[in-house]
Formats: sequence, structure tokens, C-alpha cells
Amino acid sequence: MCLALPARVEELLDAENAIVNLGGVRRNISLALVDAIAVGDYVIVHVGFALQKLDEEEAARTLALFAELGQAQGGAPEAGAQ
Amino acid sequence: MKYVDEFRDGRLASQLAASIAREADPSRSYRLMEFCGGHTHAISRHGLADLLPGNVRMIHGPGCPVCVLPIGRIDQAIRLALERQVLLCTYADTLRVPASGRLSLLKVKARGADVRMVYSIAEALGLAQRHPQRQVVFLAIGFETTTPPTAVAVKQARALKLKNFSVLCNHVLTPAAMHAILDTPSGTRLDGFVGPAHVSTVIGSRPYEPFARDYRKPVVIAGFEPLDVMQAILMLIRQINAGCARVENEFIRAVTPDGNRKAQALMDEVFELRDHFEWRGLGTIAHSALKPRPAYAAHDAEARFGLEYRPVSDSKACECGAILRGEKRPAQCGIFGTVCTPDNPIGSCMVSAEGACAAHYNYGRFREPSTGTHAPALEDSA
Ligand code: SF4
Repeated sequence: MCLALPARVEELLDAENAIVNLGGVRRNISLALVDAIAVGDYVIVHVGFALQKLDEEEAARTLALFAELGQAQGGAPEAGAQ
Repeated sequence: MKYVDEFRDGRLASQLAASIAREADPSRSYRLMEFCGGHTHAISRHGLADLLPGNVRMIHGPGCPVCVLPIGRIDQAIRLALERQVLLCTYADTLRVPASGRLSLLKVKARGADVRMVYSIAEALGLAQRHPQRQVVFLAIGFETTTPPTAVAVKQARALKLKNFSVLCNHVLTPAAMHAILDTPSGTRLDGFVGPAHVSTVIGSRPYEPFARDYRKPVVIAGFEPLDVMQAILMLIRQINAGCARVENEFIRAVTPDGNRKAQALMDEVFELRDHFEWRGLGTIAHSALKPRPAYAAHDAEARFGLEYRPVSDSKACECGAILRGEKRPAQCGIFGTVCTPDNPIGSCMVSAEGACAAHYNYGRFREPSTGTHAPALEDSA
């Protein structure tokens, strides 16, 4: 039950409620724990509440770090996990 | 799914595994605890332990809320449902936790008690509004991730002047459990922690600083996806090799040093520290759990129904206690996978997908013992 997923905010219902898209499923969630959320933002959803806004720039930075690592090593070692 | 699939890339995971293998010093061993059940689940599901060299061992921690709930607490909820005929709501996993007398909330539901599974505490609040003649009790469990939603619901209940909604509060605190593990004199040796993902979105990275400063244990907060966990392991190994102990944050896309201040303020407004609380496996720990403040006593099920806590010892055969302390692995329990299975859990660690026994049963038991070869275990992005 600790699993929580990033979901895209599709529609703001009122100041404290929104509809998110959670892997294709639309779900009502509460925004009572977060501030200044806009349509298109990604939020971490847990037990029906947005816990935190996902920082898309930081996400891109973390992915870039992984990509760099991939290039530095010049491809996968023999036992690739595909 | 965006922000999920990119963090499950199998090729990059192999590269991270290669870096770990290259940087891990073969002359020593690394014992790293993933505190959180969400990480335990990710490590088992994606076979990450098999991507690690043999001298890098992941040790499951107590961060699975269902697992650390002692029998006596479930018994309280069962008594409320059976003897006080309340409408008892809780999160799904809690229904199957074994309680006294071979009961569980699911079994008392089958006997006719009104027990309902909800996805969110907001549903329980809605039931109270629709059934003013019934007492609705929400059995609240969890660490700092589920606590803020409970605070919101309790505040709403008071604002709506609901006379029939209360919370049986079992919210527990992550740093207190980490202290308890490190303070066990005979405890297992740990070289560092993979810090929880979503707990940290709420509390931030600062509360882990005492573990680095006072206990000299590095902590790297990690997201839940396989690449996050592998990267955090690499960061831990680098700190250990360099003789450092710092708090680092791999899950920077959702965790800040201060965390979610709004959620913290709500928790602080509604809850106060309990003097002590019994945890399964870790025993009674001072200042490790929360209860509603006196101002919210009308919505505190323990106060409203005059509930007492009676401790009950676990099944003798069950090794959950040692597993939650990181001292044993699931396969070292004599009834793992035979008498105790996810369909018929004897201990709490076999109940939830984040429990060490259930995770190991569902994904890992055919690989035991792990020799640390590069088994290609990452699944394709779903
Ligand atoms: S296998 Fe079952 S009985 Fe054994 S430790 Fe795990 S949960 Fe407890």
C-alpha cells in the first residue's frame, strides 16, 4: 500500500480536488496537501491524495545522468537485461 | 507510463550493475538496508538483488506499515467491529493481517461484521456522511505517507461536525524506527540505508541527518523504480568506499530538504506524539507513533470507545520479528512457503506486496540463494 505513482493532472474540479490520469485510468484525487497545481503537472499520488508535485526538470536531469553513464560505458555489457 | 518506464530501462540497469560491480571493493562486504517496503517490493519484482555482486547484500527493513502493526492493534479493530457493531473501514492489505484467535478483519467480515475496504480515507468520510445513524471507524495505518491524508480527513470531520466518524490511529514514524534498528546492541551490521521515497516527499531529507552524523551511516534517498534503486546503491558504495557518511538524495524529482511543509503543518495540527507504541518485531519504542490531539478527541476511536491496548505475542513459528529487524531472511523461517503463503498468511510479512516474505514468495524464492550473477531479470516496460 506504500506504492505511489506519478500521475498527470487532467482537470481541476475545485480548489482541493482534481482528476488525474493514472496509467490511462482517470481518478479523482485530493489536492489538500499540495499548493499551486495546474493542469498538466505531474503529482505523486498515494491513497487518493497528491503528496508532492513532481519536478520535471529534476526528473530530466536524473535521466540525463543515467544516459551519460550509458554513453561513458559505450553500450551494454554482455548480459544485457532486456 | 511517463516517469515510470524511463526509470525501468533494462540496458541502463545493466550498466549501473556493471558500475556497481566495478566499484564494489571485493575485499569487503556491503550490507545495505532498504528501509521501505516499496523498495523491498521493487528489488524483488525486478530481480535487482541478482544484478548485484555477491558482496553487496540488501537487507529488508521495517518500512512496511502492515508488517509492523502488532496483533493487539488489529484485535482492537476486530473488537470494535464485532462488539460495538461499528462500520469499520481500512486499506485493503490490513484486512488480511492475522490477529488473535486465528481471526483477521476479513474473517470477521465473513461472519457478518461490517468491514469495508477503501482506497482512500475520503471514502470512509463519505460513508459517515451518508450513514449518520452508524458509527464509522477508519483503521488508520502507515508511515508519514498516509498520515497527512488522515489529518485532512479528521479536520474535515470536525469542520463538518460529524458525530459518527473516528480514526483508530496507528500512524508510525520512520526516523524512530531507524533509531530503534541502529540502537539494538545485538542488531545486524548495517553499512548504509536506502532512504524511503514517498515518506521523504513528506518529511524531506533533513530528518535523516542524525543517522549520518551520529551513527556514521550514509543514507541515499531513492525513488521506487529500478534505476533509482540501482543508482542509490552505487551512491552508497561510493560513500562507503570514501569513508563518508552523508545524506544524499537520488529522488530529487520529488524530495526536497524540507519536504512538504503543508502536509507537515496539517499533521502537527491534528496529531501529537504517543509516549510509546508497540511495533511488531521492534518492540515498544518511545515517541514512535502519533495519536489525535485532545482537541480532536471526538474523532479518536480509542478515546470515543474507551479502547485499551492489550499486547499479544506473535505465533511462535513466525520469524517476522527477526526479519523486520534485518536479522533473518524470509527463507530462514521454517514455515515460509509451506504453512505460510500469501493465501494463508501466518505472519504479517506475508500479507502485503511490500512485506519481505510476500515479495520473496512472489518473485524471489526460486533464485535463493542469490549468488550475485548478472541474471537478466528486469521486465520490459509495461
Ligand atoms: S514466512 Fe510467514 S510465518 Fe514465516 S516469517 Fe514470514 S510471515 Fe512470518
